[in-house]
Amino acid sequence: MCTTFHRTGQALPALRDVSFSVSQGEVLGLVGESGSGKSVTLRSIIGLARRYGNVTGQVRWQGRDLVGMPDRALRQIQGREIAMIFQEPMTSLNPLLTVGLQLEETLHAHTDLSKVARRDRAIEMLNLVGIPSAKQRLKDYPHQFSGGMRQRVMIAIALAATPKLLLADEPTTALDVTIQAQILDLILQLAQDMDMGVVLVTHDLGVVAQTCDNVAVMYAGRIVEQGPVRGVLKHPRHPYTVGLMRSVPENLPPRTSLYSVPGVPPSLDALPRGCAFAPRCAACVASCEQDRPPLSLITEGRQVACFNPVTNEQGNAA
Amino acid sequence: MSSLTYIFKRLFLMIPTFFLVMVIIFLLVRMLPGDPAIAMAGDRASDADIQAIRERLGLTQPMVVQFWLFLSNTVQGDLGRSILMRSDVTTVIVDRLPITVFLTVYSVVLSLLIAGPLAFVAALNRGRWPDAVIRTVFQVGLSMPVFYIGLVLLTFLAAQLRLFPVGGYGDTFGERLYHLFLPSVTVALYTSAIIMRNLRSAIIEVLDAEYVQFARAKGLPARLILGRHVLRNALISTVTLLGLSIGNLMSGTLVTETVFAVPGMGRLMLEAIFARDYPLIQGLTLTFALLVSLVFLMTDLFQSRLDPRMRLQ
Repeated sequence: MCTTFHRTGQALPALRDVSFSVSQGEVLGLVGESGSGKSVTLRSIIGLARRYGNVTGQVRWQGRDLVGMPDRALRQIQGREIAMIFQEPMTSLNPLLTVGLQLEETLHAHTDLSKVARRDRAIEMLNLVGIPSAKQRLKDYPHQFSGGMRQRVMIAIALAATPKLLLADEPTTALDVTIQAQILDLILQLAQDMDMGVVLVTHDLGVVAQTCDNVAVMYAGRIVEQGPVRGVLKHPRHPYTVGLMRSVPENLPPRTSLYSVPGVPPSLDALPRGCAFAPRCAACVASCEQDRPPLSLITEGRQVACFNPVTNEQGNAA
Repeated sequence: MSSLTYIFKRLFLMIPTFFLVMVIIFLLVRMLPGDPAIAMAGDRASDADIQAIRERLGLTQPMVVQFWLFLSNTVQGDLGRSILMRSDVTTVIVDRLPITVFLTVYSVVLSLLIAGPLAFVAALNRGRWPDAVIRTVFQVGLSMPVFYIGLVLLTFLAAQLRLFPVGGYGDTFGERLYHLFLPSVTVALYTSAIIMRNLRSAIIEVLDAEYVQFARAKGLPARLILGRHVLRNALISTVTLLGLSIGNLMSGTLVTETVFAVPGMGRLMLEAIFARDYPLIQGLTLTFALLVSLVFLMTDLFQSRLDPRMRLQ
């Protein structure tokens, strides 16, 4: 899948050759720095990116391709089979409509339930996500809820029509640390109960370690490494993954300066010819600046896009 | 708080506003150059006549007393006698008020009918030719004076093509719609240009809002997304602007009513000013102030209907 945005005649490749799969009940973590294309990936899957740019390639969903699908047909999948929750609970709910209506309209679009049944289902969903006195709160507006509660409401709305795949775009980043764990647990619990696949975008590797089955690391619009969480986090092979791992502060004495990957990510209109990470990479070899390393299988289930991958031993040292 | 209590509270708060308005009117009229008594008495009056008129008008009394008389009479609905119309100011205004209100409401409705759909078309085609065409046309409309547009419309549509009357008011509702069409369109072209620009950018902003993205991700029908999610949110800022434009539009009736010979309050105001008919000027100014305040009150009420965050506890 590729997604390109255009700005004053210039093509900005936000995503290039991103490819992964998620199976039922699987939780895939999508990690990377800001601007690496994580959110664009989710928006390209669910068809939101097509309004802003040019999505090419394929999004295979149960045997059908979503990329070329007409809007009308796509709407039967959005919200019903694939749902998405956003990062900002403060701005992702319509401030002028009651949460009851925002829940109900999803059900109205995707189910044949009667008005009464929709209301019951809405109450059921609010109960499910842990909102106290759900029945009374249906007629409340988003501003009457706290941030954490709004995120719960958003989850309730997204899951109301029992989708098979949930795209979660940094669902806890905007929340208090104490609430973050609760919301993540809620998402994972519901995913398990509903046997739903989840693509979880995050930049928190701790979250990935605790919650995901597989992980894909993105850099400058590409996946640079992907595989099972245990393997990738224990023995990262791509130098960028190693750098990301090292920048997680762990067991550091106070006032130690924190590690960060040197340099800044390239801008989309000035991507290097070879590997996009080469200018920041310590293990860069001559071919890195000439050619783009393809994402290739190096061990069972493990793909890395690097000419000079870190070996297991070095990975451990990091 | 129920909306009825809110309305009463707002009406109550209008009392100090009106006190101020009356102070300003009172002082303004007395600061104008020229003596009303001289104007009233006419060219051939003697000094004694003028002095008599001054006394009859109470102009010889101290300012505070004069103001008190003005205030207490106004509160009782007595705005004095119009020199020009030779009748009670209140009667004259009650006579002319419906015409101006009709013209204003008509203009607002036309403005919305013009601005609303075009703002949507422009916003949804942002940066492409329909957007460019709509914005250019309105830019031209906006940069031409209202009276000029009015004269052009009068010349072509009324005088040459004889599609519309050149003036007058009509008796039945239908006749009024017909007679006041040109003046209303003239005003509406200007107002709708302002509304269109604002609504267009509000829609563009809302289209990119996260809650609209979320609504799309929910797979809602396009019609529902535009009507329920986009339009309502975009209207919030536009309603405020509309309220302000109506205030503007009322003072615009001075010009429009004169150009189109509509016997409303605007034209009367102009005549009153030329005739130095102070009681009439005072009464009309007060009535305009009252109308504008009511419009602002209605704007706020509508806004709080629209936006639950604005509802007062």
